[in-house]
Amino acid sequence: MDNNLVDVFSLFDGKEEELIPILQKVQNTVGFLSNDSMEEIARFAHVPKSKVYGVATFYAQFRFTPKGEKHIMLCRGTACHVKGAPRIQEEIENHLGIKEGETSKDLKHSMENVACIGACSLAPCIMVNETVEANLTPQKVEKLFLSKGKNK
Amino acid sequence: MNIKKLIKEASAEWSDLLNGPVPAFLVGNATCGRSAGAGDIIEKLKTEISSGEHKCRVLEVGCIGMCFLEPIVSVYRPGYPLIVYGKVEEKDVVKMIEAFLNKGEIITENIIGVVGPNEQINLPDLFSIPIMKPQKRLVLNNCGIIDPTNLNHYIANKGYTGLQEALQRSSQDVIERLKESGLRGRGGAGFPTWRKWQFCKDQDNDTKYLICNADEGDPGAFMNRSLLEGDPHSLIEGMVIAGYAIGASMGYIYCRAEYPLALERLRLAISQAEEKNLLGNDIMGSGINFKLKVKEGAGAFVCGEETALIASIEGERGMPRPRPPFPAISGLWKNPTIINNVESLVSVARILQNEPGWFSKYGTKESKGTKTFALVGKVKNTGLIEVPMGTTLREIIYDIGGGVDDGKQLKAVQTGGPSGGCVPASMIDIPVDYESLAEAGTIMGSGGLVVMDEDNCMVDVAKFFIDFAHKESCGECAPCRLGTKQMLAILEDIVAGKGTMEDLDLLEDLGKGIMKGSLCGLGQTAPNPVLTTLRYFGDEYIEHIQNKRCPAKVCRDLKYYEILEDKCTGCHICFKACPVAAISGNPKDLHKIDQELCIKCGMCLDKCPVKFSAIEVYPGNKVMED
Repeated sequence: MDNNLVDVFSLFDGKEEELIPILQKVQNTVGFLSNDSMEEIARFAHVPKSKVYGVATFYAQFRFTPKGEKHIMLCRGTACHVKGAPRIQEEIENHLGIKEGETSKDLKHSMENVACIGACSLAPCIMVNETVEANLTPQKVEKLFLSKGKNK
Repeated sequence: MNIKKLIKEASAEWSDLLNGPVPAFLVGNATCGRSAGAGDIIEKLKTEISSGEHKCRVLEVGCIGMCFLEPIVSVYRPGYPLIVYGKVEEKDVVKMIEAFLNKGEIITENIIGVVGPNEQINLPDLFSIPIMKPQKRLVLNNCGIIDPTNLNHYIANKGYTGLQEALQRSSQDVIERLKESGLRGRGGAGFPTWRKWQFCKDQDNDTKYLICNADEGDPGAFMNRSLLEGDPHSLIEGMVIAGYAIGASMGYIYCRAEYPLALERLRLAISQAEEKNLLGNDIMGSGINFKLKVKEGAGAFVCGEETALIASIEGERGMPRPRPPFPAISGLWKNPTIINNVESLVSVARILQNEPGWFSKYGTKESKGTKTFALVGKVKNTGLIEVPMGTTLREIIYDIGGGVDDGKQLKAVQTGGPSGGCVPASMIDIPVDYESLAEAGTIMGSGGLVVMDEDNCMVDVAKFFIDFAHKESCGECAPCRLGTKQMLAILEDIVAGKGTMEDLDLLEDLGKGIMKGSLCGLGQTAPNPVLTTLRYFGDEYIEHIQNKRCPAKVCRDLKYYEILEDKCTGCHICFKACPVAAISGNPKDLHKIDQELCIKCGMCLDKCPVKFSAIEVYPGNKVMED
């Protein structure tokens, strides 16, 4: 078994109710949930594989493909929407050549929609890894993702 | 642990901070402050201070609510009131140290207001400026004022005296205090908090649970985030009181994983409270036990629904369960369970910290106290506000919010997130209370208040919310799973210019059916945004359907771009920007857009230099017209 998983499992008792925290911890450590790790989790938590898969696919937080080095979360909250988030998303997609939900081939960027990052008063905004980029305009996006931008 | 001793220590530290000989900088460093650059300011302050001769403190505080003025820095110098500055840049910090701390010269630029006695310098009092005056901060009073990572700051500001008060009374007495306060659930539905507690208390069961719903899922709302980041101990105190009242010795805080800072502050606060015996076994020597665990949500809007949230804590897919039985009777692992919202529980702490009658003197007859709102969208002063129940939407938008951005016309106000509705500009004199909002077709909700102007298309907004509800529908019951999908499909037709007038009746029928037939709150309220926009903005739908025009110029298929002949200088920038080569023209010649090829991305409009402003967008569809 992957050493990462051994480390994560050592923090838990292997009870069914711990399933979501285990999935979260594995994803935090490994970056995503592979089929192999989900099988190991099933064994560890004494639940059928189908249950692990069922729970993991229910929640938006879990991903089954690797994350990019820069993971972009596009806020799709109401405040962002009314202040032009769709246009921002389009601009980022144009710059990076990937669509929402995808990871670039070189694993540099990945992008997903999230419900709301709670920085509504600075809409429209995105979160790159743990940093919020606020009050975006297409021009600002260009600066962020162009060849010399900090998120390229 | 003797609370008196704790209070004595804490008060000494607090008073030393505000009246002592050492100057201090307080920097708002919640999510909004951080996004605006508070981190750099703190760095700068620390380097300046360590290299200078002045002894000075730098404290990180929560959000004071005026997010549009972030980064916000307050400066304290002995003998002066606390001076609060907005939109502070690194260079301002250097000036503050040089001029104010070293020479006592006050920099008046960017002052928002001052806190404390200030007869001699005559600057506006922070709480009397137009944005603050209509507000009443009963719940947010500590946010932006205290250091959320310092338990002593909380204790020095009445913290944990509510718990002490509660533990000296019987649990029934505590519920009576809640009843007298008139507090109703701040998560949306407005059920009286005391009644819910009474149901649970009356259950004859050894194991009971208390859950705090901090899974703030409404898009456009961040009240709970600010509270958790700026004043986490208030929630803990409220939860211990609630646990005592209902007879629970275990509590869970179910918080969104998208709020990393809130989670960090919460976990720190829990360990501090445990260390001082304000949480855990035999709290303050009372014999009462109460433990708290944080559960991170995994991103499912439906988990805001009580029974789905319970399923999620149990490690299941977050799917709702039929009610009855209600969670107060059979909830988490089939034990009686109370689920309260963050703001409700913080209100509980405040109610017990103050004398009877204190909370209920604010608000209206049926809706007591205050309500926090995330005031966002097309309004000048965006931020977190708290107003007495009964304040009108007009006061909120114009007095506190400073009116609509860029001098545009107000069109609507959306409350209650995907479960709420849009109130038109003509109705903004209604008071904000549970009943008045319900009458207008919307709900109080948890506190998102999104202002929309003439540039927002109400059909697009309705589609946005139904799309959200459809994506977040857990799929358990057919009316919600299939109904929202169907409503979305109809709205997609309408915004594409393919709608018919019959669609409007169909939307209404479907909406009403979904509300009646759905299992949980998500489906029962999901059609609200569509039904309210149909009710108040029917003309806009008709314009889309009959004239193929989107008056707000939002819906892609119902607008078009043109280059203005008298303004185009042939700079060729739009030509290069167009991703589909729909623009023709040689440099220095007039350019033209081929309407057949144009995908209406708006790139040309964004790129056309402002000094030319040669591209205009119009409602309608050139290709369909031809």
